[in-house]
Amino acid sequence: MKKIFERIVEGFLFLSSTVTTITVLLIILFLFREGTGLFGKSPTEEGFTVAVNKNNPVSELNAEQVKNIFDANIENWKQVGGKNDSILVFRMDDIFKFYTEEELAGVDTNMTLLASKIDEVIQKNPNIIAFISSKNLPANPSSKIITIAKINLSDFFRGEEWFPTSQPVAEFGIYPLIMGTLWVSFLAILIALPFGLAMAIYMAEIAAPGVRNILKPLIELLSGIPSVVYGFFGLIVIVPLLQKTFDLPVGETGLAGSIVLAIMALPTIITVAEDSIRNTPVSVKEASLALGASHWQTIWRIMIPYASSGITAAVILGIGRAIGETMAVLMVTGNAAVIPHTILQPMRTIPATIAAELGESAKGGMHYQALFALGCILFIITLVVNLTVEMISKKRKQNR
Amino acid sequence: MIEAKNLNLYYGAFHALKDINLKVAEKSVTALIGPSGCGKSTFLRTFNRMNDLIPGVKIEGDIIVDDENIYQKGIDVDRLRKRVGMVFQKPNPFAKSIFENVAYGMRVNGISNEKVIKEAVEQSLKQSALWDEVKDSLKKSAYALSGGQQQRLCIARALAVEPTILLMDEPASALDPISTAKIEELIHELKKKYTILIVTHNMQQAARVSDFTAFFYMGSLIEYDLTKTIFTNPAKQQTQNYVTGRFG
Amino acid sequence: MNHSIIKKITQAIAFNIFRIMSVILVAILFSILAFIVYRGASYITWDFITKMPEEGMTKGGIFPAIVGTLSLVAGSMIVAFPLGVCSGIYINEYAPENGFKRFIKLMTNNLAGVPSIVFGLFGMSLFVNTLKFGDSIIAGSLTLGLLALPVIIRVTEEALKSIDKTYREASYALGATKLQTIVKVVLPMSMPNILTGLILSIGRVSGETAPILFTVAAYFLPKLPTSIFDQVMALPYHLYVLSTSGTNMEESRGMAYGTALVLIIIVLILNLIANIIRHFLMKKIKHK
Ligand SMILES: Nc1ncnc2c1ncn2[C@@H]1O[C@H](COP(=O)(O)OP(=O)(O)O)[C@@H](O)[C@H]1O
Ligand SMILES: [Mg+2]
Repeated sequence: MKKIFERIVEGFLFLSSTVTTITVLLIILFLFREGTGLFGKSPTEEGFTVAVNKNNPVSELNAEQVKNIFDANIENWKQVGGKNDSILVFRMDDIFKFYTEEELAGVDTNMTLLASKIDEVIQKNPNIIAFISSKNLPANPSSKIITIAKINLSDFFRGEEWFPTSQPVAEFGIYPLIMGTLWVSFLAILIALPFGLAMAIYMAEIAAPGVRNILKPLIELLSGIPSVVYGFFGLIVIVPLLQKTFDLPVGETGLAGSIVLAIMALPTIITVAEDSIRNTPVSVKEASLALGASHWQTIWRIMIPYASSGITAAVILGIGRAIGETMAVLMVTGNAAVIPHTILQPMRTIPATIAAELGESAKGGMHYQALFALGCILFIITLVVNLTVEMISKKRKQNR
Repeated sequence: MIEAKNLNLYYGAFHALKDINLKVAEKSVTALIGPSGCGKSTFLRTFNRMNDLIPGVKIEGDIIVDDENIYQKGIDVDRLRKRVGMVFQKPNPFAKSIFENVAYGMRVNGISNEKVIKEAVEQSLKQSALWDEVKDSLKKSAYALSGGQQQRLCIARALAVEPTILLMDEPASALDPISTAKIEELIHELKKKYTILIVTHNMQQAARVSDFTAFFYMGSLIEYDLTKTIFTNPAKQQTQNYVTGRFG
Repeated sequence: MNHSIIKKITQAIAFNIFRIMSVILVAILFSILAFIVYRGASYITWDFITKMPEEGMTKGGIFPAIVGTLSLVAGSMIVAFPLGVCSGIYINEYAPENGFKRFIKLMTNNLAGVPSIVFGLFGMSLFVNTLKFGDSIIAGSLTLGLLALPVIIRVTEEALKSIDKTYREASYALGATKLQTIVKVVLPMSMPNILTGLILSIGRVSGETAPILFTVAAYFLPKLPTSIFDQVMALPYHLYVLSTSGTNMEESRGMAYGTALVLIIIVLILNLIANIIRHFLMKKIKHK
């Protein structure tokens, strides 16, 4: 009886221990299910099509060409492989340019009437390109539906335009977001690293024990402060400061994000680096001193190399955190989805994009799926970061 | 010439060394023996001021090394430690190549002429009877060596800065019998050039390698004499009991 | 110049650089705290803590946000604490040293590294949409609970690991079973450490914003929740809203300072409690 009870409890404990694994698997399942739905889709909004006159030799366009045509950046069919003819752009509301109110009377109630009118317009204008609802395509059309290249992984990563809600085609190029994320995160670590290392060395070797006992809890406290509070501080203090110092049109820049992130990454870097410096075996430290090396030479030539794998782990971990950090960055970087040229311009990171846009995206739509795809990327990055850190610390244990 | 005069050492409130007076003979081996915790290591570490690193240590009395009280003000501790080499209980090579382990002491002491360093490394490795085993793998990590080889590397490392005194804290206690024999043989060679202080809790080892022996008990120096005398005809009953294995 | 003097000078320069950098850093970090405390202090009144927000969140208090955050903390801890402790016990006490244990630990570490916004996406997809909880306390709590889970597991594991083997052996020697040993001997001894972990993860959960953005947080909801399927306001999200998208940001600045300070005070108090537990309960156990 007692035995069975113990067995049941053990079984229950076992089940609890599998929850994290299950959660990771569920995250993968849900993120990737939504995220991968994006690929292979046509980038036009569902229920809409792009059509041209039947006699137009062009039958295929890619998303960027379509966008440029509708933005009037491309104005001649020759530019996309057609005849030398200027392009006439037609959107649904343009119908009023072709017909009077009276002629369109009754369209509200009779969809086939609208369809036939649209068909008429397309028939009459051989140089037209029309963005219309699929419902308004007549059964026997004189128009031709343009095949638009499907969204694929390479365009997703390499595309330089992020216009997830633009019409008639949305563009999901995350290159600027990736660059924004990398710029902001790496600069953050660049700022945090010298200070973090200096502080770690100071605490581990130079400071009196009493000083260290004060600093240690202070740093723990700082690591517990919510990221919105740091973001708020950045917005109130750092952003105006940068704007004034560099005389910028806006203070919300990549640099502001980097500074805030650096402040946030510091506690992790300090703690991990200090631990690994302190983990240098005393006898190795003593051996160096016993040879007449100064304390500083011992720190620099023996202890830091000894702690280097731990410090590397701290840096990688810090970068991982920085890449995934959302709120603080969202609040201070200005969120412009452009490829950065200088750190003093607004930037937008992957997590900030998700946080800012998910609320307004239609559930299950392309935009929604694209944001989940961004989530997948973040997930993969953190997985790689974790496995790397894991490998480093394993190696360290073996070296002991 | 090294000497401890009225030496008292406290770890906080704990009185670890009690009024020690001891004169060490030059170019000879002096063994420090006694039960675990009696203060042998603590005493040894006063000669290169290694105890300075431990917070709360208080030292009274004098330690004289080469006619100079090393605890007086204005002493350059780094320079002192260069003159007084130390070998530890467990081999503790740096995470560097074999060559760089030996070269380290010279580099931190301002020698930058690679030719000089190279010669000194070879010389030291020969002195520690390791040269033949490693001369083709100087660039390899010191961790690739066996425990016994690592300890001889640590001895070579200590010799490379040309000390006059060598402190050895149970240098063979973590090694197998063959490596131990090699280290003992080496000590025999080294005493021609160096004054050696060695801590050991192995009675046979003390008898084999040392010329003089000091017996410590609970922080006090009980007896100090020729090794032969200590092991055959000690003046104190306590010493007699210890060397014959009746306690400790 | 004599090399030993060069050595001394180099060391003095290096150490002073580190000292100065550390002082600068501590000053910066400290001034962040001081700034918010200084600016926020005058807004923290009894009314601020107990009143509903008024006039487009430029006046009144943050009571619903406090209640919301408390309910999310409670909800997430109900999920994460028992699960985390049980899981930690299994990993440290029962799991055989094999690939499976390593795998579970690896997965726990991985989960700990997942960014909070990804938890938000996941929580929205699973709890809000698939399980149809809608934006609700339960969806938010489950999301936050999963986020806190790895921390609690690790803390439990560490706490159990630090208990000397001899205590377990002594208990076995008295005829106690494994479960009895764990419940009566090992767990009580490691409780202070586990509680410290619990408190610190409460701090983390109460400050998280990204996971609740799409699972529970309401922009403005001047009433209290009546069931776990209600939406709530939450302190961190409230601060975010006030400082970035309020209708009149200048006028709600004071509210934002106050909210930021409340968040800091929560973290401060939790840290203090954690440290007290660590010091006093640990001492008590050592003396036993
Ligand atoms: N760092 C220290 N702090 C406090 N007490 C110490 C320290 N190091 C050694 N002791 C104490 O001093 C005594 C002598 O230690 P030690 O010199 O290491 O002995 P031995 O080498 O003879 O075994 C022991 O009782 C030990 O507990
Ligand atoms: Mg000893």
